[in-house]
Amino acid sequence: MSAGTDKLAVTVTNIVPLNDLVTRFEFQRSDGGELPTFSGGAHTVVEMRDGDITRLNPYSLMSDPMDQSTYAISVRRDDAGRGGSLFMHNRVRVGDRMVISYPVNLFSLDLRARKHLMIAGGIGITPFIAQIKQLAATGGRFELHYAARSAALASYADELTAHHPNNVSIYHDDQAQAIDLVHLLDGQPLGTHLYVCGPKGMIDWVRAKAADLGWPREAVHYEEFLAPQSGKPFEVKLALSNKVIEVGEHQSLLEAIEAAGVDAPYLCRGGACGQCETDVIGYDGKFIHRDHWLDDEEKASGKKIMPCVSRFEGKTLVLDR
Amino acid sequence: MPNFEFPASIKSRPVYGRLEPRKGKFHLMIADGEGAEALIELAAADGALMAKSHIIYIPRDTGAGFAEKLTALGPAQLYIGPSYPAAVPRLRRVLADAHMGLQVYLTGTEGLMGQAMNEAMAAGIPHSAIQTEHRGSLARRMQCVHCKGITEDVMTDPFVCSHCGLHLFVRDHYSRRLAAFQGVRVDAEDPGNIPDPVELYS
Ligand code: FES
Repeated sequence: MSAGTDKLAVTVTNIVPLNDLVTRFEFQRSDGGELPTFSGGAHTVVEMRDGDITRLNPYSLMSDPMDQSTYAISVRRDDAGRGGSLFMHNRVRVGDRMVISYPVNLFSLDLRARKHLMIAGGIGITPFIAQIKQLAATGGRFELHYAARSAALASYADELTAHHPNNVSIYHDDQAQAIDLVHLLDGQPLGTHLYVCGPKGMIDWVRAKAADLGWPREAVHYEEFLAPQSGKPFEVKLALSNKVIEVGEHQSLLEAIEAAGVDAPYLCRGGACGQCETDVIGYDGKFIHRDHWLDDEEKASGKKIMPCVSRFEGKTLVLDR
Repeated sequence: MPNFEFPASIKSRPVYGRLEPRKGKFHLMIADGEGAEALIELAAADGALMAKSHIIYIPRDTGAGFAEKLTALGPAQLYIGPSYPAAVPRLRRVLADAHMGLQVYLTGTEGLMGQAMNEAMAAGIPHSAIQTEHRGSLARRMQCVHCKGITEDVMTDPFVCSHCGLHLFVRDHYSRRLAAFQGVRVDAEDPGNIPDPVELYS
C-alpha cells in the first residue's frame, strides 16, 4: 500500500487488439460509479493475480482525462518480460474484475509552456494520447513526433494523424525514416517544453541533444518506467518487521516485501519516482542498482536501495523496513 | 569590485550566483555598472562565447569606462543604453525572436537583474535556468506598500518614498513579480518617531 495509491475495483469492458504486439484494455468501475478524472501523462498500477503471484504493473492511462466512465491502457506484449504483459494478453477476458490504483501522474504537462513538443517511441505513445486529448480540449499548442518500427506497429498513428494532421509526424524505422532531432530542437520558440517517452536509448538521445543545444533541464520531461528484472534469488532481513524473506528469481524486492505482508511505499514501481527509497542497515555482498533515482554517490554508499527495480547479490542484506 | 556576500535572510530574498558559460547557439547578456566585469570574466572563461552573444549594457554612474572593454570582447552585438527602461523594447524584441537554447546571463544591480529576469520569464524561460551574478551597488529597488510607488536605488534604511513621502523601513521581503523589495512605514505605530537612516549593509 502506498501514498496516493488508493484502489479502484473495476471490470474489464473491452479488449481491442491493435496489432501483433499491442492490445488495449478498457475498464469501468464495477459498482457503476464514476472514475476520477486525471491529467494527461498519469498512470495506473494494475494488480494481476496470477495464481499465488501478485504482479503490480504501471501503465499510462490513454483515455480522455475528462471521461469518467472508462479508463483505457495499452499493453505491449513482452515475451521476454517477467510475465505481466503476457498475463494481460493471454489471461484477461472481458467481464473480469480487476483492481487498479487511482491515477498518479509523474509525467504531467507543464502548463506554463507556450508549446508542447512531444517525442514518442513505440509504446511510449500512450501518455501522449491522453495529453493530446487534454490539450485539444483546452486549445494548447503541441507537436508530436512519433517513431515506430513499422506502419503496422505504429499503434494509434492513423487516429492521431486523422485528428491532428498538422501537429503529428510519424516515422517508420523500417523505411529508414528518422526524427531529425537537431533540426527539430533548434527552431523551437522560447517557452517550448519537450517531452519524451520511449525506449531508454531514445530518451538518452533526446536528453543529451537538448542539453547540448542549451535547453534548460526544467523544460525537458521524460518518462521511462523500468520493468523489474529477474536475477538470482536472495535473502533479506526486514529489521523493523523482524522478518526474513526470500526474493525469488522472477520477483522484485518490492514484490517480495509485499508478499510477506509488509507495507512498503511505492508510486511508479519503475525506478523513477523515489517513493520506495529504503535505508540499508547492513549488507555483505553487492547491490545491483537499476533505478534512475539515486545518484552515483548514493548508489556507491551502500546505504540506500530502490526495491521496485534493484536487486542484491551476496550473503546478507538488512533493510530498515 | 569583488562579489558582495549577502547576509543570510528570509526565503523570499533572491540569491545570486556566479555566471558560467553554458552550451547553446545564442547568448543574451544584460548588465549594468560593474556587471561589465562579470561579463569580462565570462568571456575569459570561454573564448568562443562572445561571438555568439548579444550584450545589452547600461553603464549608469559607474560604468562609463567599461564600454571600450566590452567592445574589445567582440560580441556579436553590443547595445549600450542610457537606462534600463530605454533598453526594454530591444530586450523584448530579442526575446521574441529567440529560440529554445537561448542562454540568459544577468549581472549588476539587483534592480536590473530582477526586472530583466521578469522579461525573460515572461518570454517562457524557467527562472531557475536564468543565471545571475550581483556586482556593484547594493542599492535596492523598493516598492512602497502604501502608495505602491517604486523608488529606485535606495541606499538607506529607513528611506523616504519618492511618491508619497512616507518614511519606509526596508524589508528583505521581495516580490519577483515587481522585481522590488517591500518598504513599510517605519513610524506607523508612533507617528513621527523615525530612526536615523543607516546605510544598507554597513
Ligand atoms: S516506486 Fe518509484 S522508484 Fe520505486
